[in-house]
Amino acid sequence: MKTKKIKASRILTYAVLIGGVLIAVFPFIWMILTSFKTNAEALSIPPTIFPEKINWEGYKHVFTGLPFVKIYLNTIISAVIIVTAQLVFCAMSGYAYARINFPFKNILFTATLAVLMVPGTFFILPQYRIINRLGLLNTIPALFLPNLFSAMGTFLLRQFFLSLPQELEDAAYIDGCNRGKAFLKIMLPLVKPGLVSLGILTFRFAWNDLMWPMVVNTSTEKMTLAPALSYLQGQYVTDFPGVMAGALMAVIPLIIIFAVFQKQFIEGVAHTGIKG
Amino acid sequence: MIAPVTIGLIIFYFYPFFRVIRDSFHNIGSFDRDLGFVGIDNYSAMFKDQEMWQALGNTFKYVVIIVPMSLLFALLIAVLLNAKVKGLSVFRVIYFLPAITMSVAVSMVWRWIFNGDYGVLNGILNALGMSPHLWLSDKSTALFCICTVSIWTNVGYYMIILLAGIQGISKGYYEAAEIDGATGFQKFFKITLPLLTPTIFYVVIMLVISTFQIFGEIYMMIDQKAVAMKYTQSIVMHFYRSAFSYSKKGYASAVAVLLFVIIMTLTVFQMKMQKKWVNYE
Repeated sequence: MKTKKIKASRILTYAVLIGGVLIAVFPFIWMILTSFKTNAEALSIPPTIFPEKINWEGYKHVFTGLPFVKIYLNTIISAVIIVTAQLVFCAMSGYAYARINFPFKNILFTATLAVLMVPGTFFILPQYRIINRLGLLNTIPALFLPNLFSAMGTFLLRQFFLSLPQELEDAAYIDGCNRGKAFLKIMLPLVKPGLVSLGILTFRFAWNDLMWPMVVNTSTEKMTLAPALSYLQGQYVTDFPGVMAGALMAVIPLIIIFAVFQKQFIEGVAHTGIKG
Repeated sequence: MIAPVTIGLIIFYFYPFFRVIRDSFHNIGSFDRDLGFVGIDNYSAMFKDQEMWQALGNTFKYVVIIVPMSLLFALLIAVLLNAKVKGLSVFRVIYFLPAITMSVAVSMVWRWIFNGDYGVLNGILNALGMSPHLWLSDKSTALFCICTVSIWTNVGYYMIILLAGIQGISKGYYEAAEIDGATGFQKFFKITLPLLTPTIFYVVIMLVISTFQIFGEIYMMIDQKAVAMKYTQSIVMHFYRSAFSYSKKGYASAVAVLLFVIIMTLTVFQMKMQKKWVNYE
């Protein structure tokens, strides 16, 4: 009796989980299938599931309609710069707030935390004006400048540094390390999970962000992928294979990175959730 | 060591913070020309603006639908995955996939799925003998389509956080409950749920903040000139259009201040309320 009940609940568990998986992957599958269809196939009623044969028209349209290679590069360059800068700067400030005493520390830290409380959209108008005044609209630096500095990253890494025992650092000083060496050689390697979490979350943000890059860079030559897709959708209103091909190419690099680093991705999200 | 972050924050965040507040009392013309102090004109214009109230109402609808649904599905999946299922890591990866994918790209596919003439959703309904529907142009369904996409994106991400929270609960509680003959449901409601409340609290805060700023899905799925825009646009969408489509930057600053005040109030309210339902061990 009891085993029967357990068996039934197991079956139900898997049924729900697999149902969920289907819903999770269906849009991706539909994206892939549509991207290889001809436009006539995509617009057929009732919709066909599989393309009759693999058709690259949609992909060609993306490359003729937009400087897509350049857009790819813009996105990669901007994302890599943002991630690198945040890791370096936030590791420094996170360590300082966790371990060093300096004047106005509490005020500065509270002010940093306050930035965390404000929605990102709030800052966009003056940020736009600063970029404009610097004559940087429609340039690559416009894409990354305000995002090099992160209150969230500072806070996150501070939490990781705080969780390390003070004795560890003291031991390094006794062994003749100076502060810089202790930071680089002892402390930094120990907060690697924090650095990985921050790096991954930041990369995901930089790769996918829409409003900021769309506002500062309107020239297609200087766009990133998210605004480029919106542009593509506006240009190719009824060219669904083309639009889907663009969308697929935009998401594939991140999915590959995810496939390689999935453990770190998932742990990174779980970590930040717990650390809060 | 704090110099880079501090200087960067001052230039790109502290200064803009005060600048937005100041600008919300100014008339900012095209090309960012400051046309002088106007007192509370932007605010009174905003509170008289039908469109702003509609956008605010829509935004609350998004929060009321998306936050509980995302939480519910994320919790359901997390609990099921915690029940020693085979292929846990495969499930986790697949469920997480929507969360890492660009919401712009995802919205484009969903827009295509919901398409009234050629969309696959109507194709399926048709095959089942039901009548098709213009999902995204009908003002009564467009908002729900956007909710669907947002929930679809959220579930995997928050499921990971909740699953980590569940796995952090000490096994001892469950062993003790089993000795006392507790059923699966009892264990969930008497142990898992109460001990998970700190994680749930964090998830709710994050969901409310992010849903309140919903933008990309609407921008990609609804045309700016479509009738449905009025019934789907969020407060951030209204901000974006005021600032960059109509170039009313003083007015848009007032909207930004309103957005900030509401999110702040909601968060502080939730912090106060947490004493009533969050258990810290």
